Amino acid sequence: MNVAAPQTPALRFAYRAYVTLFFLYLAAPLAAASVFAFNASMFPALPWNGFTLDWFFSDTEPMLGLFHDRRLLQGLGNSFYIGIIVSLLSVAVGTTNAFLFERHDFPGKQVLYVLMIVPLVIPGVILGISILVFASFIANEARAAMDLRINFLRPGLFLVILGQFSFLATITTLVIAARLRKFDTTLEEAALNLGASRARVLFTVTLPFLRPAMIAAGVVAFLVSFENFNTTLMLVGSDSPLTITMYDRIAKVGSTPVLNAVSVLLIIGSGALALISVLVQREPKRADVES
Amino acid sequence: MTDSRSPDLECLSLTKRFGAFTAVDDVSFEIPSGSFFSILGPSGCGKTTLMRMIAGFEEPASGDIRIKGKSVIGTPPNRRNVKMVFQHLALFPMMNVAENIAYGLRCRGADKAEITRRVGDVLERIGLPGVETKQIHQLSGGQKQRIAIARCMVLEPDVLLLDEPLGALDLKLRERMKIELKLLQHQFDTTFVYITHDQSEALVMSDRVAVMNAGRFEQIGTPQELYHAPATAFVAGFVGDSSRFSGRVEAGGTILLETGERITAAPRTGTVLPAGTTVDVFVRPDAVAARRPAELSGDAFNRIDGVLDSHLFNGAQSRALVRTGDGRMIEVGYPRPGSSENLAPGEAVALTFTPADTLCFAKKA
Amino acid sequence: MVQKDAQRLALFLLLMPFALWILLLIVLPHLGIGYLSIREKIGPRQYEFGPGNYIDFISEPIYWNTLLRTATMSVLVTVLTLFIGFPVAYYIAKVAGRRSRAGLFLLCLIPLWVSDLVRAFGWIVLLRETGVVSGFLQWTGLVSGPVEFLYNDAAVVIGLIYTVVLFMIVPIVSTLDGMDDALIEAGYNLGGSRWTVLRRIVIPYAMPGIVAGCIVVFMLTAGSYLTPILLGGKNSMWFTEQIYDQFITRYNWESGATFGVVLLAFTSFVVWLGLKLTGQNLANTVAKG
Repeated sequence: MNVAAPQTPALRFAYRAYVTLFFLYLAAPLAAASVFAFNASMFPALPWNGFTLDWFFSDTEPMLGLFHDRRLLQGLGNSFYIGIIVSLLSVAVGTTNAFLFERHDFPGKQVLYVLMIVPLVIPGVILGISILVFASFIANEARAAMDLRINFLRPGLFLVILGQFSFLATITTLVIAARLRKFDTTLEEAALNLGASRARVLFTVTLPFLRPAMIAAGVVAFLVSFENFNTTLMLVGSDSPLTITMYDRIAKVGSTPVLNAVSVLLIIGSGALALISVLVQREPKRADVES
Repeated sequence: MTDSRSPDLECLSLTKRFGAFTAVDDVSFEIPSGSFFSILGPSGCGKTTLMRMIAGFEEPASGDIRIKGKSVIGTPPNRRNVKMVFQHLALFPMMNVAENIAYGLRCRGADKAEITRRVGDVLERIGLPGVETKQIHQLSGGQKQRIAIARCMVLEPDVLLLDEPLGALDLKLRERMKIELKLLQHQFDTTFVYITHDQSEALVMSDRVAVMNAGRFEQIGTPQELYHAPATAFVAGFVGDSSRFSGRVEAGGTILLETGERITAAPRTGTVLPAGTTVDVFVRPDAVAARRPAELSGDAFNRIDGVLDSHLFNGAQSRALVRTGDGRMIEVGYPRPGSSENLAPGEAVALTFTPADTLCFAKKA
Repeated sequence: MVQKDAQRLALFLLLMPFALWILLLIVLPHLGIGYLSIREKIGPRQYEFGPGNYIDFISEPIYWNTLLRTATMSVLVTVLTLFIGFPVAYYIAKVAGRRSRAGLFLLCLIPLWVSDLVRAFGWIVLLRETGVVSGFLQWTGLVSGPVEFLYNDAAVVIGLIYTVVLFMIVPIVSTLDGMDDALIEAGYNLGGSRWTVLRRIVIPYAMPGIVAGCIVVFMLTAGSYLTPILLGGKNSMWFTEQIYDQFITRYNWESGATFGVVLLAFTSFVVWLGLKLTGQNLANTVAKG
């Protein structure tokens, strides 16, 4: 008997109904956004005019499909570009940070640890404007003092990458540090004892142990980067990532089913990636339990 | 070539401090080639620190460590030909059995064919042929133990260090592994240095045992010497079971116990305790016989009177529990020819033991 | 000692990326907006330092009204999210069977990884005049003509809760997961009622998770931009909108920076207050979530 559960059948039923309702609430907008991608209509709305894949594949206006919409494809490309760079960067820095906080003691460690968490509790808009202000300040000064034009410090992909990295590094640090904390350091001593150099120990024992966490952190960073809006909005230049392109489309054209098609793509893509990250995290756990 | 008579491992006045705490204090010993040497001591006595210094994970404050006659001070751990079996074995969970064993060979840059051959050979020798592709978590506790040893032995080390590797096993398996380890040591003919707090592990397996306490070696000797002729009160108390009494040396060399009895102890070589010294007296349970007072003959034995309290049945290790005059409980070996077998609880008994079995040490101030 | 030097070198190398990150992307930029907020433009390339921007902020009711509105809405959303999310988290962690637990947790996570924009867009499709809900009501005959559910506070709250509820559920599930069921059994065994067990045992145990969830939810809500704008329409009066407006539309960076500092100070204050009141700290709440 589960003592934590409600004890009367009526209460149990009500509780289950509530949870079911909650998950319906979670699913509703995603389902609505997906379904209308396949409606042969100019608007993502009822009535149902029949099933179509035109919003994905049609190459003629006015039902220009997602895969022929140059602006959206460009946005998708930019999002991938940003996401991959940001996640690689965040995993790299997250790993060094994890070693810094788990393996070393130094004065002021507590303060630096809090500073490391802080980006997570700063609103994204503010991260965006503060980096915008600081980058512009440097660019302006450089121009005034040395007549240098530092274009990458003006809004654009580079600043978007920095802005997203500024808080994603916290997330990757936390994920990787949590795994490093579970690492049995005698494994490193054993490897040294068997004659391995320090570098070899790192690459054959420690990093392989961290790999699932690094992959999971990378996936999380990629997904969060892909969906990020607030920070990106302040830093974006002419090359906008997908979320900004979609937002522009809603603001200028209003909702069109091609956006539903994009949503379907994103839901499938994110779901698959999230599933992968769960699977890589789970596999080594099973081994831990049995050993 | 190093001198063939030089010991495999030699420590000279080794000392290690952590802040104000001296973990290892002026320890010296040498281990002849091919022997099984144990370092026995309670937890916190410094034995693990000593082992970590030999392996190169800690630097000694002073003293020297020599392997095959050559000092290894300043040699990093990955350059010492001393291999170590860790307390929790530290098998690499991300590698299979063959990769674990091949790890050290790969570090040395051995070629593939040689690695395969030597991994196969060593698995054969530890009696686990054909497990190369198994994952670590698929192995039983005893198999892991042997793989951990194989991983070291494949590198043909000068000395193999073992840091309480049996601690995590259950009792039955531990008993079996004791014997197996001793056989493996014979088979590989390599010097084993075994660290443990379990005196039975040390006594069963070792050629020689060092008893360590508070950073110092109390005694180094064969298991028999430690048991029958302990050098200090600590060794007498720590190695093997014993009953302990307090007393005082009287003029004439007899000892007056706090329980009121007067006994004699055979003098140990080199020690004469002056009258008035307070002493600790140890007696092994198997050296004591419990008899009905009426059945005693002669008075060549030391004698303490008491009342049989209860029998502690434990198969071959059965004991009888006797309450002495001052209320103290003493364990007596049982059964013993012509003794307590037919005694009933509540009966008055006389405990007798020879002066040669009476171990007497001056009490530390 | 060679090893000591190697250690120090490793520490230095590890400290470098951390220092560059925190200094260049967090500390200096925030000092930058602080600096900008106390600077007033009095002519082309002529500036004066003073609290003028802050005085402007206080003397213009629409600004601090927007802040106040954002704040109350955020607190409301946080509280509602806690009440909606806690039972679900408890169900996942304690009531559901082993198998369905992992499945439900995954279900919780999948919408988490879908863009804010997609979620808001989904709500638009559902709630607007020609949307699914309106159409369904017309079909059932409950209403005679199209009904607009968008562009009001209720839509904003529903959309915001939807966006943030997972950040409430995940940390609470992970703290409750660590709780031994025997604690609940002992509570009943010692004569506790359902309510006292919940209040005295379950909730105190889940507190770090609850606090972490509330902090993150509050920050995300107060700092959100898309949901209030898309679901609340042009007059949603959200504070981040003001910041965006000052920065991008009016190009008045000084006052935009001032608004930023005000928002940051305000949210930090609420987080600090929350931590103080519950006796938690940042490292054992947010860092664990």
